[in-house]
Amino acid sequence: MKTYLPPKFIVERDDSRCIRCEVCVNQCTFDVHSYDTEDAELKSHEENCVGCHRCVVFCPTEALTIRGNPLDYRENYNWRPEVIEDIIKQSETGGVLLTGMGNDKSYRIYWDHLVLNASQVTNPSIDPLREPMELSTYLGQKPDRVEFGSHGLTTELPPQVKLEVPVMFSAMSYGAVSLNVQESLARAATEMGTLWNTGEGGLHPKLYKYGDNTIVQVASGRFGVHPEYLNVAKVVEIKIGQGAKPGIGGHLPGEKVSAEVSSTRMIPKGTDALSPAPQHDIYSIEDLAQLVYALKEATNYTKPVAVKIAAVHNSAAIASGMVRAGADIIVLDGLRGSTGAAPKIIRDNVGIPIELALASVDDRLRQEGIRNQASVVIAGGIRNSGDVAKAIALGADAIYIGTAALVALGCTLCQQCHTGKCAWGICTTDPWLTKRVNPDIGARRLSNLLRGWSLELKDILGGMGINALESLRGNRLHLRGVGLTDTELEILGVRMAGS
Amino acid sequence: MKLKELSRINNFYHDDKVIDACSIFGMMDTSGNRFSGKPVVEAIANMHVRGNGLGGGFAIYGLYPEYANYYAFHIMYLSREGQAKVEDFLRHKFHVIDAKEVPTKPTPGIVNPPLVWRYFLEVKVEESNGQSEGDYVVDRVMEINTKMEEAFVFSSGKNMAVFKGVGYPEEIAEYFCLEQYEGYLWTAHGRFPTNTPGWWGGAHPFNILDWTVIHNGEISSYGINRRYLEQFGYNCTMQTDTEVVAYVVDLLIRRHGLPVEIVAKILAPPFWSYIERCSPKEQKLFRTLRQVYGSLLLNGPFTVIIAHQGEMIGLTDRIRLRPLTVGVKESVLYLSSEESAIRLVSPDLDRAWIPMGGEPIVGSLGKPLKPEKASVAEIKSVRKC
Repeated sequence: MKTYLPPKFIVERDDSRCIRCEVCVNQCTFDVHSYDTEDAELKSHEENCVGCHRCVVFCPTEALTIRGNPLDYRENYNWRPEVIEDIIKQSETGGVLLTGMGNDKSYRIYWDHLVLNASQVTNPSIDPLREPMELSTYLGQKPDRVEFGSHGLTTELPPQVKLEVPVMFSAMSYGAVSLNVQESLARAATEMGTLWNTGEGGLHPKLYKYGDNTIVQVASGRFGVHPEYLNVAKVVEIKIGQGAKPGIGGHLPGEKVSAEVSSTRMIPKGTDALSPAPQHDIYSIEDLAQLVYALKEATNYTKPVAVKIAAVHNSAAIASGMVRAGADIIVLDGLRGSTGAAPKIIRDNVGIPIELALASVDDRLRQEGIRNQASVVIAGGIRNSGDVAKAIALGADAIYIGTAALVALGCTLCQQCHTGKCAWGICTTDPWLTKRVNPDIGARRLSNLLRGWSLELKDILGGMGINALESLRGNRLHLRGVGLTDTELEILGVRMAGS
Repeated sequence: MKLKELSRINNFYHDDKVIDACSIFGMMDTSGNRFSGKPVVEAIANMHVRGNGLGGGFAIYGLYPEYANYYAFHIMYLSREGQAKVEDFLRHKFHVIDAKEVPTKPTPGIVNPPLVWRYFLEVKVEESNGQSEGDYVVDRVMEINTKMEEAFVFSSGKNMAVFKGVGYPEEIAEYFCLEQYEGYLWTAHGRFPTNTPGWWGGAHPFNILDWTVIHNGEISSYGINRRYLEQFGYNCTMQTDTEVVAYVVDLLIRRHGLPVEIVAKILAPPFWSYIERCSPKEQKLFRTLRQVYGSLLLNGPFTVIIAHQGEMIGLTDRIRLRPLTVGVKESVLYLSSEESAIRLVSPDLDRAWIPMGGEPIVGSLGKPLKPEKASVAEIKSVRKC
């Protein structure tokens, strides 16, 4: 069938700069560039271009420019180009449209409507270059009080996990991302004193040595879950839902299930790895409690058990139930949470913004007097240390980053994760492509990112006159809203700037 | 009954919290000898410029030995009607042993003073529904403060009282004729609020039962301290840092039964880097305290003097952003914002020093003053001019 889809991008090649080295041909995984030997000329199949910039970055003479195709349809606010082209795609395939990464729609980003405070006159700001500034965070269940006996402290805390920086790497499974990506994450987490998350694809034996900085996930497919897997980790996370696709399961196509993926996931090579939409042993909150305690039993009560849900309308009530079901850590993944593959219609339309979910969950747990019983971790579209500081002030104990970490490794959010053709070698298992992420360099880029954010967080804290992160946590007086309605301010528990 | 808008009265502009700075002074004779307030008033007056005349106050312990077994309520009234209603309420909830107006004298600088009355009360056990006496009294004080118009309880402890108001502390002392009282422990406060027109109930000391707090500082962690306390049923109606300190002390010492030294490590905890250098036992203790009570860390500049029957505690934030000087002369312990105020009333000190940030200084009745662990500066002698 002749496609009616026009090219999204225009490839401009400066012939006076091009040296015919064919780097672009070799780097592009979408067959945009080709070399015509007869004419000694490079040609472009622009209709294939996804705008990933791999060729631009690697062209040694900077001969390439990729521009958006202006594509002037008649202006129509309702029938925007994306809408038209989605219909074209479906009329040509008859399928569910798939996509990768997080929701890219213009829903309000509340981080951009929140501003932070600083000290002036009545209390001093603290200079982090000259004074200690503490970012350490402990995740896990805490009692409401400590007790002392005749020989001192008698309170024994449930298992706690220390983070040197309150930013962890979000779940990205082996199979969705390559082993080199996971190794980069694991090594950076180890170096920076934080945690990375296996996702639902099991843990490759090569990465067991990073167990002390690893969160292992137990998801609906139960891929790669066995006693050794659970016990090597620092935290066990039950995945109920994901921000990019609340209520939807996962599908790793058979082509991505290589020999290594197959052995790690404990499924036959070349078979599709299907994660059911629900966990079929959890149809209710009491079922969740059973799985939480099954995992605690399996790990002899030595590790916190986290439960991750997508942020949806009733998050506050659900989170309260999760705490009562024994979860030591609540993970909320918001509307902008990313994915390796999801139905586009789900990604773009289901779930609620993480800022609102976080504010209401933190409030609810406090109202019920159970906030100390669980740590709250959020995920979904956190872009920089400013977002991190705002999330902590709203009430988060720590933050997961996924997309930001992948961007550090080269990702440019071209949203082709589901194709397995990632030109940056991140979201693929093709051995020719996965080599593009060198774990030595990947770990360094990720550590640098966290180091940079740590320094910025210390500047932010010091400016507020605070020298420990726990004094910012849930301290919404250090936030003000700009351009928000009364209802939004009320839900966020934040006052309007100037008030 | 409709809640009265205490936060509106005390926090007139509805700011995040009431911001103020201050002078503070405490003097305790650990042998229990009672002394007059003369040196205390002199000392706090010496720090006149640290306040701005919008608040001054005193707490005195060992004040009413003849009524030592009764709760001494000092209540401020803005009208006779308010007084009548509260007195009805008191008669219903307590046995009123004695009731008198607190003596005052006209003082320049003191304008529109409220009526202040003192009552000696005994809990009516039949009214208390099995509640502990302390909880019963706290609830009744909250009831008066939040529900009854034109009235506010200054203090509610046994054998102690708070005298406070709008004015410089030396004016408040003159107005309440403090020269005629004696106690073994006095604390005094001169206030410099930046965002309140001043209200008699908003002056320091803050009191609940026999606990008082005077405070110099602005606590940047206020937002989370307050939200944490709300989980335990405390309503921060006054919207001041000082109120938070008072409630934290009530929660940790009275309800959680923690010793003062431990409470100091919660309010001003050691840094993680210090904790890592401690013995395994201390590491576990400090780590547990920070993990459990992280939300009660008072972050930002503060010096507090906390007092209750038989004990006076001085504490600064952990990086000592507000001043505190300690002086010792025989059995008398002095705590002050400025050393000069101590020297003025006791020129010949045995010792004077500036304690380390977060290091509590505790004076206890009948216990010799322990040498402090570490100090920022030891002040050996003063050059005579």
